[in-house]
Amino acid sequence: MKLLVCIKQVPDLESRFKPDAAGVWYNETDLAFRMNEYDEYAVEQAVQLREKLGEGTELTVISIGPDRVVETIKKALAMGCDNAAHIQDPAASGKDPWQIASIIAAYSKDKGFEIIFTGMQSQDRGSAQVGVTIAEQLGFACTTTIVGFDYDNGAITAKRELEGGIKGVVKLKIPALVTCQLGLNTPRYPTLPNIMKAKRKEIVVIPVADILREEALAATVSFHPPAKKGGGIVLEGDVADLVEKVIAILKDKTAVLR
Amino acid sequence: MKTLLIGEYREGKLLESTYELPGFAEKLGAETAMLLVGDESQLPVCNGTLYLADAATCGEYNPDLHKKLILETVQKENPDYIVFLHSSYGWDLAPRIAASLKIAQISEVIGIQDDGSFEVGACNGKMRRNVKPAAGRAVITIQAGAFTAAEPGGTPTVLKVTAESGGALEFIGYEPAEKKEIDLAKAEVIVSAGRGVGKKDNIPVIAALAKALGGELGASRPVVDAEWIAHDHQVGTTGQTVSPKLYVACGISGAIQHLAGMKKSDFIIAINKDKDAPIGEIADVLVVADVMQFVPALTAKIAK
Ligand SMILES: Cc1cc2nc3c(=O)[nH]c(=O)nc-3n(C[C@H](O)[C@H](O)[C@H](O)COP(=O)(O)OP(=O)(O)OC[C@H]3O[C@@H](n4cnc5c(N)ncnc54)[C@H](O)[C@@H]3O)c2cc1C
Repeated sequence: MKLLVCIKQVPDLESRFKPDAAGVWYNETDLAFRMNEYDEYAVEQAVQLREKLGEGTELTVISIGPDRVVETIKKALAMGCDNAAHIQDPAASGKDPWQIASIIAAYSKDKGFEIIFTGMQSQDRGSAQVGVTIAEQLGFACTTTIVGFDYDNGAITAKRELEGGIKGVVKLKIPALVTCQLGLNTPRYPTLPNIMKAKRKEIVVIPVADILREEALAATVSFHPPAKKGGGIVLEGDVADLVEKVIAILKDKTAVLR
Repeated sequence: MKTLLIGEYREGKLLESTYELPGFAEKLGAETAMLLVGDESQLPVCNGTLYLADAATCGEYNPDLHKKLILETVQKENPDYIVFLHSSYGWDLAPRIAASLKIAQISEVIGIQDDGSFEVGACNGKMRRNVKPAAGRAVITIQAGAFTAAEPGGTPTVLKVTAESGGALEFIGYEPAEKKEIDLAKAEVIVSAGRGVGKKDNIPVIAALAKALGGELGASRPVVDAEWIAHDHQVGTTGQTVSPKLYVACGISGAIQHLAGMKKSDFIIAINKDKDAPIGEIADVLVVADVMQFVPALTAKIAK
């Protein structure tokens, strides 16, 4: 059985973001990149399934982006993916979700994947569209935001997380795609031997121009910080000072301290 | 301009959040029609055409069938915008409609701009983007709580619709939320730990502040997922909604799903080493500090 997991490399979200020269995305200078958090759960689930199914199962990881994404692909390989496809695209951040999904669908078309895993959304863009759109383009069954996954005999039983902590249990026949939510599992840390082993795994490089046939359906016209709502005060400085100030505020503004 | 609004219904009830859809349409200055897979006894209180499918036969979660219903209604109504809530129902269904019609989807909209673009969040709420559909028509999901709900009023003109089942997905049933040992909704003071607390061993430091203030311990989701704190302490869309007199957020960035659970608190103090953390947008006081230095010092002072 052939499995695919789709991952995105995103900046560390604790970074300070500044608009790029065109003012439509962030400037990458000084940013450190890592695997999108939601995708870590997707990779872990795919690797667990691969381990469960054993011999004859092949798990491919795919990522679209500039050459820096190879680092993140290597992490997925070290977590247990068998091989990788890097869709090389220095301008990936300018593609809309429809184009990103189209690229992955085009890549997948003749590969015979039976289950595809994605994160439910990316941390930087947060559109929550790519997974479902890939499934639509490939005609796969699909469900989203899963916090539970089981596969048996051609069918997936997934638990969807709904508002307020209620869950919806769904059964899907393969071929199917699931989008993974935080907390689905405990993503493993790659071990040193597995990191070494991953170095020998194959990464196929495909220039995006060879595979993308679709125009964007939406365009970002501006990337900017939120308008400051004001009201709140910001306290900075020495810890002892800060403690004094906060105690004074608590006494003044709340009935908690007297 | 015309919008087709997709209402929400779950476990036999019309969801209150449905009223945020006409709220958005009003802000857009658009005419509305609504499609709801629900029940006659639970009609939304609003004017206009309501395409009503029966949830008993069409299912509450049956994306293939609901997609068919929506696409047929789009044919009849020819709307400029097809509008969902950005919810577990909306983000699941919206991309299927956008892909079928091959039109843009703009996700989790929080504002409407004069140039025909829509404002959405980026970078976990730290930044914003304005996004514009290439062609006129688009699918939109709106962020929960971003648009003031329309006042219920009027009577819809109901048109019954239905579609045949099929597809490779079967809905088995609901599982209730985990049982709660503590009810945060009653707490007057909540001190919550976020990922910025660093590790499980540091949780007692946050719990000690909660105790010193006579409050309860809360948590953001990653702290619960990592099993540092039990799920019944989680605050947010998939945890509890709270409105204490004082909420102290320790090492919490302020993602929308967390804010949704605590923004109605009377007074909010956030401790974060990042001055730009989005929690600062709603906090009354943002203390820029390392939580593991500041919190023990504050607790010690209060205890005195
Ligand atoms: C459908 C859905 C539902 C969700 N439901 C919920 C929910 O119910 N509740 C919830 O909380 N989340 C929920 N989330 C997750 C949410 O999007 C965020 O990922 C989560 O709230 C982030 O938690 P955090 O702020 O603790 O961690 P992070 O976002 O990682 O933030 C950590 C913060 O700590 C600060 N920090 C780091 N080190 C220190 C230090 N030493 N001192 C001081 N500050 C420090 C950082 O600057 C940062 O701001 C949901 C997500 C989805 C998609």
